[in-house]
Amino acid sequence: MTPPASAVSRVNDFVVKFSNVNGSGSASANGLFAKAILRMGVPVAARNIFPSNIQGLPTWFEVRVVEAGWRGRRGGVDMAVAMNPQTWDKDLAEVDAGGYVFYDSTKPLPPSKFRADVTPIGVPLTAICNAEYSDPRQRQLFKNIIYLGALSALLDIDPVEVERLFGEQYKGKEALLESNRKALHLGRDFALANFDCPLPVRVKRSNRVGDRIFIDGNAAAALGCVYGGATVAAWYPITPSSSLAEAFGTYCRKFRTDTASGKKRYAIVQAEDELASIGMVIGAAWNGARAFTATSGPGVSLMQEFLGLAYFAEIPAVLFDVQRGSPSTGMPTRTQQADLLCCAYASHGDTKHVLLFPEDPTESFEFAAVAFDLADRFQTPIFVMLDLDIGMQDWLTEPFAWDDSRRMDRGKVMTRAMLDSGRDFGRYLDVDGDGVPYRTYPGTHPSKGGYFTRGTTKDRYARYTEEGPAYVDNMQRLQRKFEMAKEVVPAPVIQQGAKPAKSGVIWFGSTGAAMSESLVALEADGIRLDQLRIRAFPFADSVADFIHAHEHVFIVEQNRDAQMKSLLVNECGIDPSKLISILHYDGTPVTARFITREITEKARLFNVVPMRKVAP
Amino acid sequence: MTYLAKPKIHHPSLPKNALGFTRRDYEGAISTLCAGCGHDSISAAIIQAFFELDVAPHQVAKLSGIGCSSKTPTYFLGNSHGFNSVHGRMPSVLTGAALANRDLIYLGVSGDGDSASIGLGQFAHSLRRGVNMVYIVENNGVYGLTKGQFSATADRGSKSKRGAINRDESIDLAMLALTLGATYVARGFSGDKAQLVPLIKAAVQHRGAALIDIVSPCVAFNNHVGSTKSYDYVREHNDAVNRLDFITSRDEITTEYAPGETRDVLLHDGGTIRLRKLDAAYDPTDKVGVMAFLEAHRAAGEVVTGLLYLHPDSTDLHDELETVSAPLNTLADADLVPGNGALAGVNASLR
Repeated sequence: MTPPASAVSRVNDFVVKFSNVNGSGSASANGLFAKAILRMGVPVAARNIFPSNIQGLPTWFEVRVVEAGWRGRRGGVDMAVAMNPQTWDKDLAEVDAGGYVFYDSTKPLPPSKFRADVTPIGVPLTAICNAEYSDPRQRQLFKNIIYLGALSALLDIDPVEVERLFGEQYKGKEALLESNRKALHLGRDFALANFDCPLPVRVKRSNRVGDRIFIDGNAAAALGCVYGGATVAAWYPITPSSSLAEAFGTYCRKFRTDTASGKKRYAIVQAEDELASIGMVIGAAWNGARAFTATSGPGVSLMQEFLGLAYFAEIPAVLFDVQRGSPSTGMPTRTQQADLLCCAYASHGDTKHVLLFPEDPTESFEFAAVAFDLADRFQTPIFVMLDLDIGMQDWLTEPFAWDDSRRMDRGKVMTRAMLDSGRDFGRYLDVDGDGVPYRTYPGTHPSKGGYFTRGTTKDRYARYTEEGPAYVDNMQRLQRKFEMAKEVVPAPVIQQGAKPAKSGVIWFGSTGAAMSESLVALEADGIRLDQLRIRAFPFADSVADFIHAHEHVFIVEQNRDAQMKSLLVNECGIDPSKLISILHYDGTPVTARFITREITEKARLFNVVPMRKVAP
Repeated sequence: MTYLAKPKIHHPSLPKNALGFTRRDYEGAISTLCAGCGHDSISAAIIQAFFELDVAPHQVAKLSGIGCSSKTPTYFLGNSHGFNSVHGRMPSVLTGAALANRDLIYLGVSGDGDSASIGLGQFAHSLRRGVNMVYIVENNGVYGLTKGQFSATADRGSKSKRGAINRDESIDLAMLALTLGATYVARGFSGDKAQLVPLIKAAVQHRGAALIDIVSPCVAFNNHVGSTKSYDYVREHNDAVNRLDFITSRDEITTEYAPGETRDVLLHDGGTIRLRKLDAAYDPTDKVGVMAFLEAHRAAGEVVTGLLYLHPDSTDLHDELETVSAPLNTLADADLVPGNGALAGVNASLR
């Protein structure tokens, strides 16, 4: 079958979207598809789109093959691999004109089920399977590998790369290896015999992947916890954060098992709820261990009371909030950046917390490790704000690196020797003027350094008091401490020309994937923007300086209420009319197309004059 | 209550324990509870127990929730680190602390509101996890700090000070602890210190989750006729199943008992519990028998006290988690951080 003349030629620049039924074993085949393309040196941006369900509901896997290396979703589909009859109509409707629909042609579909501008590629997958296999489970699993084989021929994916991946996956299991190879070639041979392979939409070997790795942010953050010296993890299962705690267990088994005794240099407890998990973290950190929990929005809501205690009693804690669609139960398997205010000001009363915003798995690893230093240094909870898009999707990301000369910064801990030397110990005494007092670990000294930790008000020596001046003194010190954190947390990443542009744009977290692509498109359209990526709260002074230096600043975020804008207005004294919100919050990751369109429209509105005229 | 500060000077003739500490070294700040409060008697029993056990005060971490009972850790072991956490959540904080440093002794102090109402979940889960701790519930059946509301351990039909009758079924924390897998369950009475001190001492020495439910009358709000948690009621209905002596490994056993009157239970961390039987048929290692006994006596309105249940071969959470013997909070970079070399392998596996 020859594709119609209208078919778009897209080499190393196209989107394939697999529609499957969850629980059908398709994830493995789809993963192999993405990885084989990576092995050919061509970058991919892959996303699982899945329901809050275990078996039977529709699920999608979208692979954007993109030589330019963009990591966001593009929008649109060039080839639908339509393996789920339930979603056929919707899947077909999504295909761009000139695209393809790949489907199981065992049972013929009426012509009304197709589109004139989308080329059908029918492979009788079920028929091939049934002829080859008798076991129903094998029929199901190998069907996935057969379509992978057919796609490898159609899209010119090197079968050697797929076979090599089989070899790694089934090392020592020769029978499985051979049967997978056979299934791959069943599909491949059918496609080669029946279609004009490869299609104009295809993969061409390149060298654009480099030494980058392919990993999800939750696993990366878990590894960061190992490197950050965490020894206690307490968690309660909640999508999309559960895999973070589980990955911590996996990495600990590998790296933290004592070789001589077989004993563990870590403790992981699956708590009865999020209240207990944060309570355990606080107890462990109070007692001198590095401890963390991983959760999502509903969990953070439950932890509020404890977070106020940790802030007020000054106990280090590290929390990973893998944000999902909200409020309430919301969209558990969709992404958002909508917990900013809930985390920044968690708990009743005057509270403020440090937030870190990694943009990808590499930063998830780095910020996880640094979060433990920050928690100890400032004796306060640190939130690492992931989201489902970073946390649960595999990203092509810079490899992990570690400076072996780095040591854990345990902050101000008064030791037995320091106490014996006669140093005055007041748990809430600001000896250095930076608002950060010394603490002692329980069990340090037989007669000195003991104190009572409490959520009630206290004086500098941790004695209970309800005296106004003592309370104010303490609250002001806490504020001083928070101010100190501004220049110690990961600094914003700023890019601006020698001559500042009239307008700027601010974003954070997973939005970066779409942002970098959008900025290139905007510049091509004559809209040049200075750029600032926020990486932490409280904001460094350079954030306010950046906003002041521009007439207008776009704030791109993935929530309805412009929460980052609220934080900026509130904390930096910014005139709200300077800040133009670009908001995306339907639960899908924001795309470059969306940002470009929104900024282009609003740039006109706010008279952000293009450097050159946009072509008519 | 009194605002007078206690003098720090010891009388030279005060007896010292094996570590050279006097009883005064185990005391804390002056209590701010009401005069006659049962909780103060419990604090005194805790002081005596740790003094007699020759435990250095700083080797104990005392944790509590919120309420009158949870205020008491200020009043004993003044050199120990204390943590007055949030209402009903002491067990999770204690669990985390115990994970961080397995070498300290963890004393959780809670009340009936803190453990049976707002904190029932954490009470349950800390016991079923086998956290190595002494969990004391100072149980008065009433909310003291908020002035006299019924708590969840108030018996059905008992009368409040204002005359209201409690319509809800009560929660028996000792019975609950048995079903949850606590490996040491005792009930004491704040008015019987001689019984209480050895119960605390044995609980400290026990490895695993030890619960002591201590009936502790509230003189301000729950000590009237019609209350089942008053001094008079408990004295009249106290059915002690045993008396116990806790004998450390270095103690000389001097008292002689007739055969059949006592039963020795050896704890694997050292020390022996010598039970003096008051009820010949009562076997504290027979969990099913214990539960039947408790239920029967509860129905009769009696308060069963003593060492109710003991699992002599208990394990704790660290045993189950197979953690290293060194406290986790002492592990350094070399023990914890795999280094850049290990990352090369990780990176390679992700390409």
